Amino acid sequence: MSAAPAYSEDKGGSAGPGEPEYGHDPASGGIFSSDYKRHDDLKEMLDTNKDSLKLEAMKRIVAMIARGKNASDLFPAVVKNVACKNIEVKKLVYVYLVRYAEEQQDLALLSISTFQRGLKDPNQLIRASALRVLSSIRVPIIVPIMMLAIKEAASDMSPYVRKTAAHAIPKLYSLDSDQKDQLIEVIEKLLADKTTLVAGSVVMAFEEVCPERIDLIHKNYRKLCNLLIDVEEWGQVVIISMLTRYARTQFLSPTQNESLLEENAEKAFYGSEEDEAKGAGSEETAAASLPARKPYIMDPDHRLLLRNTKPLLQSRSAAVVMAVAQLYFHLAPKAEVGVIAKALVRLLRSHSEVQYVVLQNVATMSIKRRGMFEPYLKSFYIRSTDPTQIKILKLEVLTNLANETNIPTVLREFQTYIRSMDKDFVAATIQAIGRCATNIGRVRDTCLNGLVQLLSNRDELVVAESVVVIKKLLQMQPAQHGEIIKHLAKLTDNIQVPMARASILWLIGEYCEHVPRIAPDVLRKMAKTFTAEEDIVKLQVINLAAKLYLTNSKQTKLLTQYVLSLAKYDQNYDIRDRARFTRQLIVPSEQGGALSRHAKKLFLAPKPAPVLESSFKDRDHFQLGSLSHLLNAKATGYQELPDWPEEAPDPSVRNVEVPEWTKCSNREKRKEKEKPFYSDSEGESGPTESADSDPESESESDSKSSSESGSGESSSESDNEDQDEDEEKGRGSESEQSEEDGKRKTKKKKVPEGKEASSSDEDSDSSSSTSESEMSSESEEEQLEPASWRRKTPPSSKRAPATKEISLLDLEDFTPPSVQPVSPPAIVSTSLAADLEGLTLTDSTLVPSLLSPVSCVGRQELLHRVAGEGLVVDYTFSRQPFSGDPHMVSVHIHFSNSSDTPIKGLHVGTPKLPAGIGIQEFPEIESLAPGESATAVMGINFCDSTQAANFQLCTQTRQFYVSIQPPVGELMAPVFMSENEFKKEQGKLMGMNEITEKLMLPDTCRSDHTVVQKVTATANLGRVPCGTSDEYRFAGRTLTSGSLVLLTLDARPAGAAQLTVNSEKMVIGTMLVKDVIQALTQ
Amino acid sequence: MIHSLFLINCSGDIFLEKHWKSVVSQSVCDYFFEAQEKAADVENVPPVISTPHHYLISIYRDKLFFVSVIQTEVPPLFVIEFLHRVADTFQVCSSNVGDTLPTGQLSNIPWRRAGVKYTNNEAYFDVVEEIDAIIDKSGSTVFAEIQGVIDACIKLSGMPDLSLSFMNPRLLDDVSFHPCIRFKRWESERVLSFIPPDGNFRLISYRVSSQNLVAIPVYVKHSISFKENSSCGRFDITIGPKQNMGKTIEGITVTVHMPKVVLNMNLTTTQGSYTFDPVTKVLTWDVGKITPQKLPSLKGLVNLQSGAPKPEENPSLNIQFKIQQLAISGLKVNRLDMYGEKYKPFKGVKYVTKAGKFQVRT
Repeated sequence: MSAAPAYSEDKGGSAGPGEPEYGHDPASGGIFSSDYKRHDDLKEMLDTNKDSLKLEAMKRIVAMIARGKNASDLFPAVVKNVACKNIEVKKLVYVYLVRYAEEQQDLALLSISTFQRGLKDPNQLIRASALRVLSSIRVPIIVPIMMLAIKEAASDMSPYVRKTAAHAIPKLYSLDSDQKDQLIEVIEKLLADKTTLVAGSVVMAFEEVCPERIDLIHKNYRKLCNLLIDVEEWGQVVIISMLTRYARTQFLSPTQNESLLEENAEKAFYGSEEDEAKGAGSEETAAASLPARKPYIMDPDHRLLLRNTKPLLQSRSAAVVMAVAQLYFHLAPKAEVGVIAKALVRLLRSHSEVQYVVLQNVATMSIKRRGMFEPYLKSFYIRSTDPTQIKILKLEVLTNLANETNIPTVLREFQTYIRSMDKDFVAATIQAIGRCATNIGRVRDTCLNGLVQLLSNRDELVVAESVVVIKKLLQMQPAQHGEIIKHLAKLTDNIQVPMARASILWLIGEYCEHVPRIAPDVLRKMAKTFTAEEDIVKLQVINLAAKLYLTNSKQTKLLTQYVLSLAKYDQNYDIRDRARFTRQLIVPSEQGGALSRHAKKLFLAPKPAPVLESSFKDRDHFQLGSLSHLLNAKATGYQELPDWPEEAPDPSVRNVEVPEWTKCSNREKRKEKEKPFYSDSEGESGPTESADSDPESESESDSKSSSESGSGESSSESDNEDQDEDEEKGRGSESEQSEEDGKRKTKKKKVPEGKEASSSDEDSDSSSSTSESEMSSESEEEQLEPASWRRKTPPSSKRAPATKEISLLDLEDFTPPSVQPVSPPAIVSTSLAADLEGLTLTDSTLVPSLLSPVSCVGRQELLHRVAGEGLVVDYTFSRQPFSGDPHMVSVHIHFSNSSDTPIKGLHVGTPKLPAGIGIQEFPEIESLAPGESATAVMGINFCDSTQAANFQLCTQTRQFYVSIQPPVGELMAPVFMSENEFKKEQGKLMGMNEITEKLMLPDTCRSDHTVVQKVTATANLGRVPCGTSDEYRFAGRTLTSGSLVLLTLDARPAGAAQLTVNSEKMVIGTMLVKDVIQALTQ
Repeated sequence: MIHSLFLINCSGDIFLEKHWKSVVSQSVCDYFFEAQEKAADVENVPPVISTPHHYLISIYRDKLFFVSVIQTEVPPLFVIEFLHRVADTFQVCSSNVGDTLPTGQLSNIPWRRAGVKYTNNEAYFDVVEEIDAIIDKSGSTVFAEIQGVIDACIKLSGMPDLSLSFMNPRLLDDVSFHPCIRFKRWESERVLSFIPPDGNFRLISYRVSSQNLVAIPVYVKHSISFKENSSCGRFDITIGPKQNMGKTIEGITVTVHMPKVVLNMNLTTTQGSYTFDPVTKVLTWDVGKITPQKLPSLKGLVNLQSGAPKPEENPSLNIQFKIQQLAISGLKVNRLDMYGEKYKPFKGVKYVTKAGKFQVRT
């Protein structure tokens, strides 16, 4: 905002309000510097025939409006121009009308007919803007006209106009709420709209007009979930917030049964809980183990919502991230809420206003779900440059996160804060220490000592705050702290802050029996200065006097009477009242002895210690992320977040009537598909949720939504006649994407050679970034198919090998692959490896021996049948040393010819490899007859990196570009060592070279057998014998550099485990940790 | 949702207003001014203020306050996000003043206008990484993480469909995307595939947080002390490169907020120049490049207000630096491919590492 200083200067010197001074308007950039006293010139300009003059005049007028100047007397002159042909002038006239029509209703009516004409204009932009202005003119007379216009626009061909209609609905509603019923009809109609453009706007209208009509959502629920990712950001926020409420009324609480079932701690239950966390498929297992109770099964629609909102955590918009976070907080099962923490922590790097709001919400969440943010504790550390309000919120979060284990670190942090120059912040820190001390008994004494030390601080505010906190802490265990009370008593001479003085006096009074000699002396001093004290201190002096009188009347009788007499004539009536009341109570008199007999009980009753708790406690009864939550008070229009229902309402209301051919992809089908999938996943090392399982189930819903929305989409598409045909390629909605990808693919097929451009060098101005791998466009084509095939096949091949595969391949032709030019990254392949690992295990009874790693990791696709024109190439990492060169990874390549002609002269073409990577080619295979297969061994030196090795596979006639990317675990070879050697080597690789992660081992993966199996499947490491039973050690060396890689898995009871990797190669170490954890936790 | 918007400059003048529904009087801003007075510092004005009839949600950007008036429940971040977008737009508009307002266009791809044409087709990516760190007194790292962004400047004709892949995509711990990115491609293949908006935009931002991997490129030796009962103190800092991977560290500046009792500072520096503002008590030392042979240092005396107690805490040092042609996390772009158009674009990637919120406690 480079113009900012200019504004301030201009305005700094400008005259008072009311006086027009358009000439100084910085926004006008000097254009408006002509005569400004009268509006006559403007009127004149508006009356001319020249558009340029009109435009000029309108700009000046709009500038006046923007600056809050009154331009209403120009109304007649402006309104005449509403029919102006020039679109720029027209726009500005609209702006003017929207501002002043309410004030000049009669004149405004003159313009209505123009808008009505505009509503019929062939140009959708003009139709939309006419509707926008018409609905913005707040003139009650035209309500019927507006209603009509909205109804018409709601069935307009252009989605843009329909969106504008949705925007107009709340405007009309605020003008005349009697129209509600009619408007609801329009909303209902627009809710059924299938374009992403309309979805956000109509939900916004729904929220403003009829948020209670939750029944309108039923039929549109699934569609909204599926469209969500493609709706614009503002719409996403509104839709997510609405769906949160919807879900709370329609689904059962995912946590409701957890507490109920915990008593019933059968092993089977825990197994099934695992699955529930993943999905809704585990019906049978759960039912079998707990026949008596009805197990909780997440409604598939509930799951759909959670699944479709999750990617939005990665939105660039803080509002969207927050919306998803609150949705997960309110709707997700406990085990899944954790995913939002990372995203919320990311927002802490945003603008300070965003931080402020996010921290408020984190503060609330961290009370209920402390564990969620614990890993990010350090992200809440405070910098001296943070604004105070942010510091205090971070402090709140840190305090909430403090627990037995991390309290030393937290307290050390607090120690640095106490010395801050920002005194408000210091005071807040002292309170935070007090809260930690009350919550965590172990550190209470430490904290108390620290606070006592602060009493000698030079800053009075610090001392005062400490006194107040100490008082609260002492109340918990007064007996042991006579010394501290004495110390505090001494402070009364110096400390001036009223609250602190009052606290000290209260403490002495309350625990006078611990300081029997000092207390009367303090009272004596206070009596002396009584008149000069603040009210709050005076009250405590009276209190102290009364308590001392009751316990030690011999010494203090006179003092007390003196104090009470002083108080009797005090200016403040509170103090006079208190004095009178106290006197009656403690001094026995003739009339009322009844009360004074109980005076001791009244004054010296044991008082419960105060509970120091967060001000954010229980704030979560407001929907998180809402204004009401932030203010901790109900804002106007706040929609209460309903409690979960006891019994789930009928889920069939969300079923949508669709034509027969799409019905198959509906609910039943989905269920049927999911069931085997999820129940399977408990037994084997399931595929990663993101990489493998989702595409399958999601393609399901995708195809559903695309077919569902198919007709609507195409009609809307054809509306945009005035637009470029080319634009159609655009990403309209998620569901469209597959179709659209298809288009792209066919297009590309038409121009296969023309794309050389894209294979141009990766050039750059920095030397370091030139890319080494190059592929021609042709080969990229080839790769398309395998990439997608690979993703789809593994899960299915597990279940029904032969028949299903065929159908999937057909499907694959129909579902076009995504454009994939580069080598598939390791994520896919590793999880796939894990998959296939499971497969080989179940097929062959391979007993894992202690020291030899699994001999072969599952096959991976190198060249697909379609791309290879009948040649199928797979590869496996054989894990045998490569005979030619010990630094090379040996890769078995399996060729099979599925075409009907022999393939001749199979060999590796000239590889173009990144620096360091080397290939030992396999001997040429002269001929491969149809139906025949062959295996060859080649060696690749990956140079200890997971970069892909790209090379050409040549036949006599063709060349195929292929690439092999190794999972990190294949870059090493096992070494044999003893336990002692292992420990010695490990000792050398500490510090930077050590990477440690904590993880939870799932039930399915707690036996020795499985753990060893999974680790060795992921990484080519050898097991090192180990004395203790729940520790596993593995060792290996990287192939190229021979650096040691040591892996230790320390499994503790109940599934917690710690994984440590020691290696000089830190990158390899980090990746290995990730891979192993992935393998183990699946 | 948002009822009205007021723009207020730092001297408290409302210089622009916009009403989406009925007109709200400017006097509503008085509540805001009140809160501003109470806060003393502009940074501490609460972003959300509740008034009897309205709620005010405001942001502060570049010496301007954007104050919005709300009447009903709305997610506050929604409004704040919107205000920041407005501020962004202002930034763009005021930098290239034109008479024609940008025309709203309808496009099937909401973020890209149709019919873009360039004679030179170029696509540039800047990988900018910032190191956020807190270093404690003894020089050990309390907290460190890498925050990165990839900013793109795309000037390509037509409807190009790009895909950008990395050598080591798994480094990225947490990523947020521009809406143009196809999320599923990233999930399944770790490739950024997108039809880009025209011009400059932020493609992704990411975080790399495995703490032991963050190499801190500089170290600071410091000794700051204030003597009891005397009106002076000593100040001595030296800065040096740690692991700089063969690249020079440049653009180093050290900013220190000195305690209020400091009156003036008499320092000598072996490199660069320093300024001390006696009003704001901010010491700025502009160092420039570091050469390992001769480490820059800044030392001298601090004059304190006589009679005032010595400051309790030593000020923390905020450090800025820059390393060209290096992404400290090791992130590397592998390749960029373009589909959908036939021409051959010019492509480039630039890497920079900077200090983010880099603080050394003393």
